[in-house]
Amino acid sequence: MTTPVIELVGVEKAFRGVPVLRGVDLAIQAGQTCTILGGSGSGKSVCLKHMIGLMQPDRGHVRVDGEDVTGLSEVGWVALRRDFGFVFQGAALFDSLSVLENVAYPIREHLDWTEDQVRARVAESLEAVGLSGIERLLPAELSGGMRKRVGVARAIALSPRVILYDEPTTGLDPANSRRIGELIQQLQHDLDVTSVVVTHDLDLCFRISDRVALLRDGTIVLDGAASELADRSAPELQRFLEGTEPLPPAWAEPDDPKQEKHSDG
Amino acid sequence: MSDVAGPPSFLSALGERLIASSERVGDFLLLALQTLHALFHRRPPLLETLRQLEEVAIRSAPIVIITATFTGMVLALQTAFALSRFGAKPYVGSIVGLALVRELGPVLAALMVGGRVGAGFASEIGSMTVTEQVDAIRAMGADPVQKLVLPRVIATTLGLPALTVFAILLGIVGGGIIADLQYDISNQFYAQTVTNSVRIDDFLSGVAKTFVFGWGIGMVGCWVGLRADGGTAGVGRATTEAVVISSIGVLVSDFFLTKILMLFPTEKWVQAILNGVQAIVGRMS
Repeated sequence: MTTPVIELVGVEKAFRGVPVLRGVDLAIQAGQTCTILGGSGSGKSVCLKHMIGLMQPDRGHVRVDGEDVTGLSEVGWVALRRDFGFVFQGAALFDSLSVLENVAYPIREHLDWTEDQVRARVAESLEAVGLSGIERLLPAELSGGMRKRVGVARAIALSPRVILYDEPTTGLDPANSRRIGELIQQLQHDLDVTSVVVTHDLDLCFRISDRVALLRDGTIVLDGAASELADRSAPELQRFLEGTEPLPPAWAEPDDPKQEKHSDG
Repeated sequence: MSDVAGPPSFLSALGERLIASSERVGDFLLLALQTLHALFHRRPPLLETLRQLEEVAIRSAPIVIITATFTGMVLALQTAFALSRFGAKPYVGSIVGLALVRELGPVLAALMVGGRVGAGFASEIGSMTVTEQVDAIRAMGADPVQKLVLPRVIATTLGLPALTVFAILLGIVGGGIIADLQYDISNQFYAQTVTNSVRIDDFLSGVAKTFVFGWGIGMVGCWVGLRADGGTAGVGRATTEAVVISSIGVLVSDFFLTKILMLFPTEKWVQAILNGVQAIVGRMS
């Protein structure tokens, strides 16, 4: 087997003394689209943030291309993150910057390109997500679905090897959710990237994934090929579907309280 | 810790508070060190720094103008009233001048900027933190300390002293107006008493403190903003915290800074600070 692009080994993480991840083991192979399923507050997003160093594990290891990056300094992560695109749950666009400047942000940060080159790449990224010509708009002028897609455009601006999606369809209507799903598939096809998607949306999960991992009680309780699990008969999946999942403890703060509120409505 | 049986004792509660406080102090010092490191190892974003400087020095000017002028006026009113009991009314200029230059100008300007700009930093950065925009900066391989904290701290450190000079001058003018209108002290005589009693030394010691106040206000605003959590309520808490911490910080540190500046010759301190400022400006241009 080849070296996994990202590997979590026995990752444990607690917030204010309360454990959220209790030993997560997960290896993501190159070119795969892996979906991490789990209920709200199950630690899916926390899991994803460990993969890009936005959070450090209390115990356990994180490896990127086989290299142990646990406890790597922020400066060390800067170079690594160039290869990663991260799509945030609420898009996390910079409110004060136009769509152009938002998508151009990682390009300007990492490459010494001329203004024309930057604009060309921004236009290309926006076209890939089906939003050409909105460069001059501000994030506040966009709908929820458009914001998410601009978030995706920003994540792919540097042609990353790996794209991490945090709840890409949360808070979107069915049509927009489907569109995001198609976009993820299309990017997978066009850019040949490795994708990790965190979601509780089963339809999205089976539409786009090669592999599915189910997170419960801070550990991965099910991990297999999407094609084998697609009939949804696996007992663990049944439990997830029927809502017999244990509720997250009352202390569990949503990953982004503001977004969480919208998504439930 | 929470597994230990028995009712929580006073000592354990005190201990937990102590641990939490020292964790916060450590966190603040860490951010201060990271900001210092960013100042010397990375370029502060020039445009953003200028934008923040405008926010601090130009957009805060109106409230500082009003505060300083009226403080100068009421100070003249009160001191002339009190001094007239001893037949020393003509010396109102000396007292108003010294009080404004050494103490009131710097502290009032700092409190105003802390309330306006420090709170603004906390709410802006706090909103960015809870909507994951700060994480987005990190995820794109950039450094939030360099992008967000450094320009703001530079702006308050340089902008507050400039505003203070302005506040002192306006306060003295306000005092002069009242001395003239209310107590028939001619402007010329008032100006003379001010210039006779206020030495350059007094002026430098007053303004020198504001570099420290400005640095503290900028750091506190950014720090509480970066620590914000719990959605919009968290942003509100961060904003309140910024005003409370920076106001208390200004008033408490003012005492100690004044004491220290009285022990050492002011000129040396001011020269050292000016050299530092020159170095920062040199790096940015």
